[in-house]
Amino acid sequence: MSELEFDHVTVRFGHGRSLQTAVDDASLVVRSGTTLGLVGESGSGKSTIARVAVGLERADAGSVRLDGVDLTARSREARLARRLVQMVFQDPLAALDPRMPVGASVAEGLLASGRSPNRADREARVRELLELVHVDPARAGDRPARFSGGQRQRLTIARALAAEPAVLVADEITSALDVSVQGVVLNLLRELQAELRLTMLFISHNLAVVRYVSDEVSVMRQGRIVEHGPTDAVLEDPADPYTRELLRSIPVMGRPLDLEDL
Amino acid sequence: MTGLRRTLLTPQGVAVLAGLVLVALAAALGPVLLEHAATTRNIADRQLPASWAHPFGTDELGRDLLARTVVATRLSVLLTLGAAGISVAGGVVLGVVAAVLPRAARRLVTAFIDIMLSFPWLLLALFFSVIWGATARGAMLAIGFAGIPVFARLVSTLTAAVATTDYVHAARLLGSSSGRTAVRHVLPNILPPLVVNTAAHASVTLLSFAALSFLGLGVQPPEYDWGRLLNEGSKRIYTAPMAAIGPGIAIVLTGVLFSLLGELLSQSRPRTVHAVTAQDGSSRPVPAEGDAVVEVTDLRVSFRGDDGTLVQRVRGVDLTIAPGEVVGIVGESGSGKSVTAMAVAGLLGPEALVESERLVFRGIDMTRRPSAAERRRLGLEEAMIFQDPLSSLNPALTVGRQLTEASETHAGTSHAAASARAAEALSLVRIPDPPRRLRQLPHELSGGMRQRAMIATGLMGTPRLIIADEPTTALDVTVQRQVMRALRDAREQTGAAILLISHDIALVSGFCDRIVVMRDGVVVERLAADRLGEAEHPYTRGLIACVPDMRTDRSRALPVIGVAAQEEVLP
Repeated sequence: MSELEFDHVTVRFGHGRSLQTAVDDASLVVRSGTTLGLVGESGSGKSTIARVAVGLERADAGSVRLDGVDLTARSREARLARRLVQMVFQDPLAALDPRMPVGASVAEGLLASGRSPNRADREARVRELLELVHVDPARAGDRPARFSGGQRQRLTIARALAAEPAVLVADEITSALDVSVQGVVLNLLRELQAELRLTMLFISHNLAVVRYVSDEVSVMRQGRIVEHGPTDAVLEDPADPYTRELLRSIPVMGRPLDLEDL
Repeated sequence: MTGLRRTLLTPQGVAVLAGLVLVALAAALGPVLLEHAATTRNIADRQLPASWAHPFGTDELGRDLLARTVVATRLSVLLTLGAAGISVAGGVVLGVVAAVLPRAARRLVTAFIDIMLSFPWLLLALFFSVIWGATARGAMLAIGFAGIPVFARLVSTLTAAVATTDYVHAARLLGSSSGRTAVRHVLPNILPPLVVNTAAHASVTLLSFAALSFLGLGVQPPEYDWGRLLNEGSKRIYTAPMAAIGPGIAIVLTGVLFSLLGELLSQSRPRTVHAVTAQDGSSRPVPAEGDAVVEVTDLRVSFRGDDGTLVQRVRGVDLTIAPGEVVGIVGESGSGKSVTAMAVAGLLGPEALVESERLVFRGIDMTRRPSAAERRRLGLEEAMIFQDPLSSLNPALTVGRQLTEASETHAGTSHAAASARAAEALSLVRIPDPPRRLRQLPHELSGGMRQRAMIATGLMGTPRLIIADEPTTALDVTVQRQVMRALRDAREQTGAAILLISHDIALVSGFCDRIVVMRDGVVVERLAADRLGEAEHPYTRGLIACVPDMRTDRSRALPVIGVAAQEEVLP
């Protein structure tokens, strides 16, 4: 069981006249073993939600709970629970230390598991993880610069998985990648979902990508959740006008762009 | 490491290396070999001016000053390294601690560093040397400590940059402690700039020792360093100038050496490629035959790789664009699609080597330097839209100024006429309230609006070709739609041809007449946009299939193509 629940979360930036509400009273539930897709345009607050979940941003109101434990609290219990929520970042190059061998980066993930394995066990585990994400374990000593974009993103996924997370937060993890590489990363996620029964919050501005990996979809706009439901229901029969506009804006292969009456 | 080796093999690198070896030898062997000559008193030969036997002359006790200068190398260099070491070590500790501490304590330490920085450095050095006394070690401590604030500031700035990176965030999420993060992530990543600054700082330190010793605060007799020799020599500067100039040369040369070393380590010289001599007249492209807007035959573009060899990124591309035609180039990163577009626009800098059989834009040979008249025509007839409008618009000029610039410079339009035209162009790309927008700065516009303003800039001339390089990649789909509509309106209004570069084959197929698929610098397939289903090349087919759309079967894995397929390691 691992259920991530956002309960009336509000995040504001700045103060005085420049006060901006990035997330406005948003509630979401990522059910155990399922993937919740969160779509929205840039500035809609979807990334802020992700950062609140892992503790990189503080919520001004509301709470985020993992199986009932409030992640926003300062207790030791909350700190340990926060390690069970791991994040994969948008730009894999920025998310890997350029001067650290990738094997060591992946091994860093083991810190969060709370165990302190000896060297041999650690190496075995890193090897296992690299194989899981289809990166040649023999290259564990190489620096990130020697890997392609897709491989780097798979490495950051391996690092997150090393922490044995209850919930994985994926923030626009394919938007910095080439389309062919995006396919590989999406396939990997599907594989992991099936193998590890991963609970995941998948954030993207790309509706087609969200549709491909998610069981449920939430649509966010200007800090609010405007629509939520099972993937097929939301995308086939959107209730919110914004969702409809979003769907209409997606270019379809081989069909002239619909550019009329915006 | 190959980069370092190449740097060291430049003339400057060889000179620095030779100098370092010389200084190291003098420091190591000088006192051993020349100790006798440097300390033997010979009253008969005292205070001799420069001669062949004594190139720098002798001092008041008849000791050879050249020998003394060489012997003094060890002490001078060791003191310099010691002091620089103290500065760097202290700076790193203080700077990293400042970055790792909780906010309140961090502010306190940073404020302390700022206060220390506000004192002149020499004042601090003098202050400390009073505390530790006028000895060699005292001087070293004084100069070392006086240098700490500078390095602390440098380190805390560098650290702050590293501390906001995603890999440090990731480490934090994984429960890495501040100390561990500082050692494992921060220090290795701030090391390169730190090393460069250390070398430059060593040069300054050397000079300060000379200054302190010259003032009588540094090394005390019977020990001597270059500063003391200089001090003693300066008293006889009119009778035996070499006695002062000799140690001076040693100080200057070593100081320059350290500076050059710092410069060498920091260097990332642009790798310019000298264009091969222009083809002889016979093979010069004849001005446009037919009426194509762009004619490209066998375009090849090379850049210098990391190891210094030429790497061809575009390998023999042919491309023709008819007037008013909308052509899309699709490809992944590294396919050469953007480089091709830049070559067509004539925007590649000296770091690129452009070769082609033909590279013609409306009769203008783009392989040569354009004449003034041709430049004017290019400015009016060719428009370029980049991925990031924020970096292609000047942040300090109003939108209006940037719109009117081209027509005022190239077409000589009056300011009033140009402004009216600019307002018209903005309303054409459906930016509401043009007069107000023209007075605003680029950052006051949203991303989609900036991109449409860029399109409007192109409309100010008489565009025959609009090159749009990933114009919507940074934008949301709903905004993408607005930008694409502005592009379409621009085409309908002016009849300009469009070259759209994108990684999104669905977008290109929905907007263009023709699609050119590129991979690894070559065109793999050309096809009409409405005939995507008839694509023959496996790469094109893969590119179409690997992108999930709203009808993709979710129960099946996406097809894997290209490099990604080769990289896959199957368990």
